[in-house]
Amino acid sequence: MKTTGILWRLASFAVAAGFVALWQLIANFKLVSPVFLPGPDRAWASLVRGFSSGDLLAKLAGTVEHMAYGWLAASIAGIALGAVIGSSPRMRTYVAPSLEFLRPLPVSAIIPVAIAMLGLTQAMALFVIAFGAIWPIMLATIHGFAAVEPRLYEVARSLQMSKLAVIFKIALPSASPDILAGMRLSLTVALILAVVCEILAGLDGLGHWVLLSARAFRSADLFAGVILLGVTGYVTSVAMSLAEHRLLAWQASQR
Amino acid sequence: MSDNTAKNTAKHTAKALVLPVALLVAFEVWARATHLQSDSLAAPSDVVRALAEAFADFSILIATRDTLFSAFTGLAIGSIIGLALGIAFGLSNTLNRLMEVTVEAIRPIPSIALLPIALIALGFGYRMEIVIVAFACVWPILILSRAAVRSIEPRLMEVSRALRLPAAQRVWKIIIPAALPRIFVAFRLSAGIALIVAVTVEIAINPIGLGAGIMLAQQALRADLMLAYLVWIGVIGYALNIVLVVAQRRLFGRAALSGDSA
Repeated sequence: MKTTGILWRLASFAVAAGFVALWQLIANFKLVSPVFLPGPDRAWASLVRGFSSGDLLAKLAGTVEHMAYGWLAASIAGIALGAVIGSSPRMRTYVAPSLEFLRPLPVSAIIPVAIAMLGLTQAMALFVIAFGAIWPIMLATIHGFAAVEPRLYEVARSLQMSKLAVIFKIALPSASPDILAGMRLSLTVALILAVVCEILAGLDGLGHWVLLSARAFRSADLFAGVILLGVTGYVTSVAMSLAEHRLLAWQASQR
Repeated sequence: MSDNTAKNTAKHTAKALVLPVALLVAFEVWARATHLQSDSLAAPSDVVRALAEAFADFSILIATRDTLFSAFTGLAIGSIIGLALGIAFGLSNTLNRLMEVTVEAIRPIPSIALLPIALIALGFGYRMEIVIVAFACVWPILILSRAAVRSIEPRLMEVSRALRLPAAQRVWKIIIPAALPRIFVAFRLSAGIALIVAVTVEIAINPIGLGAGIMLAQQALRADLMLAYLVWIGVIGYALNIVLVVAQRRLFGRAALSGDSA
């Protein structure tokens, strides 16, 4: 069973390699103008060059930094606000509908407002990323708090636990699967908004890099940037699922 | 009984409205009292006036048309591609496993990262926006329709085999109807994504539609108009969501909504 799994994986990699080869052929025979489509060889060479000169690494670090700070701020604020709103039924009836109303708003529409308030600055980017990433986390926290098994609250009452103790010992752990799912969703949002803010504000990062490369028609550099963005998205989501797995291991063993 | 529930809903709606109305009134009073002069904030009454003016000269309607046209065209193309791939991957385990690495390698690319590529290949305008929206919509539809096809009652597949339906008819008469409720959930999700991506592309670079409108208002330091656009974009997002939820309930009954978490 295990070996067939590995064989399938290998075959799947072979198919992916086939697609890369096809891409190379298309580029070699110039079926698509090389201005738009560099071969994988040129994109790879650009990646290697960018990393050995440190250029690309600095851009990558910039994007990851924007994304991480905004996302962490959103996580802390989202969980805190979600806990406050979710743990009080009265807050839920008064506040939650407004939040549900705001949820379908395309968050990027807040960018012009943030630019008007904060200018084309790092602070603007962090505000936008945090604002966009907070929604999934906050709503998931509210939902998780509302869905806590009522008997657990009864136990807490009979043990005369303080409100804070209830939040930290009962509500937060039992809402953690929801919260982590929200945080995972937010990661994608944070990456996209980081790229958009870098494009708009010219902040140091991959977003700005790919835009400059496109403007200068340096398609190899452009593809190198896009590949790196894909890798960033992939690595962060894998890291998040590993963290999720770790943090929720106690729940799986309970069931 | 029904009178009671109606009263309850009315009560809930009233409670839900307390916070936004209070905030708006407080903000209006504050703006009037301080004679607010700002590039980023405007009194709610001024925002409403700007929105009315934008409607009167059709500028916001034209922008809405451009945005929705790009979003829906991209959504349609992305849905068709995603659905075709999803059904193929759902039916053939071999194909699914062979394509796994390729799909997992392309999927995490943030849709907006394709923007510069689309820009140099297609230039400004509808086409580049549609391509990016379609790319963003393919993945949720692919993943969810693949899951939907896999969860089809096996006996239905046996029936189609017993009837010796040709492949095209099997897809059209058995698979799509059986998986449709869950496919619609994926479609609803993607419609939201399509609108978000369209507006984002317009804000970032493309000089058409609502996103470009709100950026122009900001650059012209028209805070009232900028906020009017923001409110209008919110209304469209909300309305789109409502329309799709209602359609889902009408078409598939309440049961379909329980598939949301899937």
